[in-house]
Amino acid sequence: MSPTPTAAPAIELIGIDKKFGAVHANKNINLTVAKGSIHGIIGENGAGKSTLMSILYGFYHADAGSIRINGQNTVIQDSQAAISAGIGMVHQHFMLVENFSVLENVILGVEGGALLGRGVSDARSALKRLEADYGLEVDPDAIIEELPVGLQQRVEILKALYRGAEILILDEPTGVLTPAEADHLFKILGVLRDQGKTIVLITHKLREIMAITDTVSVMRRGEMVATRRTTETTVEELAELMVGRRVLLRVEKGPAAPSDVVLSVRNLTVKDGRGVTMVDNVSFDVRAGEVVGIAGVAGNGQSELLEAITGIRKPASGEILIHGKPVTGFDSARLRALGLGHIPEDRHHMGLVLGFEESENSVLGYHRDSRYGRGPLLDLDACREDAKAKIEKYDIRPPNCRLKTANFSGGNQQKIVVAREIERDPALLVVGQPTRGVDIGAIEFIHRRLIAMRDAGKAVLLVSVELDEIRSLSDRILVMFAGRVVGEKTPDTGEQTLGLMMAGIAA
Amino acid sequence: MSTASVPLPNWITYGLMPFLNLVVAFLISGVVVWFIGESPLDAVTLLLQGALGNGEGIGFTLYYATNFIFTGLSVAVAYHAGLFNIGSEGQAYVGGLGAALASLALDHYVPWYVTMPFAVAGAAIFGATWALIPAWLQAKRGSHIVITTIMFNFIGAAMMVYLLVHVLIVPGKMAPETRVFLEGGQLPKLDWLIAMFGGKLGPAPFNVSFLIALFMCVVVWVLIWRTKLGYEIRTLGASPTAAIYAGIPYVKTVIITMLISGGLAGMMALNPVLGASARLQVEFVGGAGFVGIAVSLMGRSHPLGIVLAAILFGVLYQGGDALSFDMPKITRDMIVVIQGLVILFAGALEYLFRPAIVRVWQRFGKA
Repeated sequence: MSPTPTAAPAIELIGIDKKFGAVHANKNINLTVAKGSIHGIIGENGAGKSTLMSILYGFYHADAGSIRINGQNTVIQDSQAAISAGIGMVHQHFMLVENFSVLENVILGVEGGALLGRGVSDARSALKRLEADYGLEVDPDAIIEELPVGLQQRVEILKALYRGAEILILDEPTGVLTPAEADHLFKILGVLRDQGKTIVLITHKLREIMAITDTVSVMRRGEMVATRRTTETTVEELAELMVGRRVLLRVEKGPAAPSDVVLSVRNLTVKDGRGVTMVDNVSFDVRAGEVVGIAGVAGNGQSELLEAITGIRKPASGEILIHGKPVTGFDSARLRALGLGHIPEDRHHMGLVLGFEESENSVLGYHRDSRYGRGPLLDLDACREDAKAKIEKYDIRPPNCRLKTANFSGGNQQKIVVAREIERDPALLVVGQPTRGVDIGAIEFIHRRLIAMRDAGKAVLLVSVELDEIRSLSDRILVMFAGRVVGEKTPDTGEQTLGLMMAGIAA
Repeated sequence: MSTASVPLPNWITYGLMPFLNLVVAFLISGVVVWFIGESPLDAVTLLLQGALGNGEGIGFTLYYATNFIFTGLSVAVAYHAGLFNIGSEGQAYVGGLGAALASLALDHYVPWYVTMPFAVAGAAIFGATWALIPAWLQAKRGSHIVITTIMFNFIGAAMMVYLLVHVLIVPGKMAPETRVFLEGGQLPKLDWLIAMFGGKLGPAPFNVSFLIALFMCVVVWVLIWRTKLGYEIRTLGASPTAAIYAGIPYVKTVIITMLISGGLAGMMALNPVLGASARLQVEFVGGAGFVGIAVSLMGRSHPLGIVLAAILFGVLYQGGDALSFDMPKITRDMIVVIQGLVILFAGALEYLFRPAIVRVWQRFGKA
């Protein structure tokens, strides 16, 4: 079944409008997705993509507007209704029961009766068929937590297909995948399209849009600002449409001038809570005036390495030195006093307390400093003045230091963390996933700040799963695989070479 | 999942929602009263009359409320650090020992206002000490504080009974209690305060402890929202991982928080021991520590909310006594049922109406 102009479109959203309190998340959105096509939706964080898809999937109800599926007016009350309308969703964070098998996860919620026997055998043959039709190979008896992330995602897709999905919504599907896994996913999506499925892909990665979509829509501040045929647009145009102004996609920077060693890591081994060795005998230096990037697929020990260096996790063995002084096992307060700045990987769980006011977060970790109050007292006015200055300098929006931090967008939350850590002028800045879930405008801003730190003679250690980010910011790249540093490369090394190293195939 | 994150204005969260919960609790209580054959309207009139109708009723209401303010503050401080202190009951009980020892030692020699600071300190130190071991076990060994504090309630009760029966008892007497404190070891009544509003306190034991409780509300407010320690306590409670990130020492913060919490619970003993009965008796806490959990929940762990919730529970206690006196069909146990319903709706089901309110608010309330 190939898309024909006469067939009714798979999805038609007409005049969708949604407000949350004062926030107008979706303004009169119209969207048409042809049957048997891959349609991309891009936009900055908070542009309203997720809200729109949540309305389509029945999580939210639109204040106004209507939805047509295959030309039929459809009311989608809840996700059950969405599933029976043939809509399936693959979430960014997988909704799988980790200690269940693939088969058990697939039939979860559609077991078909109180006894499992028949449902299971039906499902097994259905899985076989899906596998044959779409090339979605996965062992039905494998336990989810033992599967690599790429396969787990495949199970999510299978789950949707098993429920009879004709329309598949994928929310940021490549965030956790290696480049090779992402390519494989795109191949699968291509097959699904050729078999007549309709696919909506939500992403902020322009490269993916260009690689696999047929059409693309851009959202900005709750509005649908443009829809293009992918072949008739460019990355530059899309970026400009998303942000509303011209964007520099490459980071402009001069050559590095590395000088003294600031951070030394010697034979560091770190174990996680279960006693599994996550970092295995790692050694490297970071000098003042350089950015050292650590590339790797998520879960290969980068997080534990960062935690050990920043005093959050005690290393099992090995040594960490700052300016030649041993600091192994110091807690984060002592390390901060020695000039360590830390932008953590997970701003929601570490960098910020989401229930606090912005001004309270702008002093987190430095709250004992005498500038925020004498003796035991916390001087809220001083905190707020300090927060206001940072808001101004880092263009944090909305510019209200009394607002609850949870109410800021992802990009602005990250700016709160970045402002706090950079403004203390640390000698060593350790940065994890600085632009995860951050919109393009803020990415550009944060990248420029990191390079400015380098140019000011600070040592920067950067961990990111975004290979583009590592390549454009770093002066040296270390690749981590299975807890080891498997090689050091220059930033002009090809993506493919780095990708193979990240997958543990070549060194 | 669709309404949980929608922000609502404070007057709804802190005013309308507790009010609605309370109304529903009373409506269901009304149904219960109606079932046993009494008029709900008469019952509620008697309850309010008994609690607030005259100076003596108000005196009793505020006397009970004083207990609940202390224990409510105790639970709230721990709760801000993410610790659920179920042990306020036992900490108050042991705190009574500290208060009583101060009075027994000093009442012959000095007036009450000299004894008072020693009694306050004694109560706080003994209460804090009783919280120390569970705190240390939580901080160092990860033993869950809920379990250990419950156990320490039992240990504390047994220890106090032993001391009162074998050590502190007046020789030759049958009652397991200390001797009666002289005036220098008592806290005076606040009859002048009730008189200011034209009432007569009568035999109600409303005393200076109430003012100490209000003062402690201010202290707790400053501690939680205006000190660096309070900031660390709140960070630990809101996000333990962010606390590690910020270099906030877990062990130290947990222990200090629990010492403060236990100290506040201990100070509750001032009210019944020095203010009312002028002696240390067995079982003098009478469940106030557990009511403190409900008070803290209902008051959203804020001193102002705790005062209001404590007064509400004071009304229920005093009004309930009056009610069971005037309506014999409504026994003491029925009053406990009504209190239980209030706790259920105001504490455990605090967000019962939130989704509905959010929907109404989104439709009509937007600015």
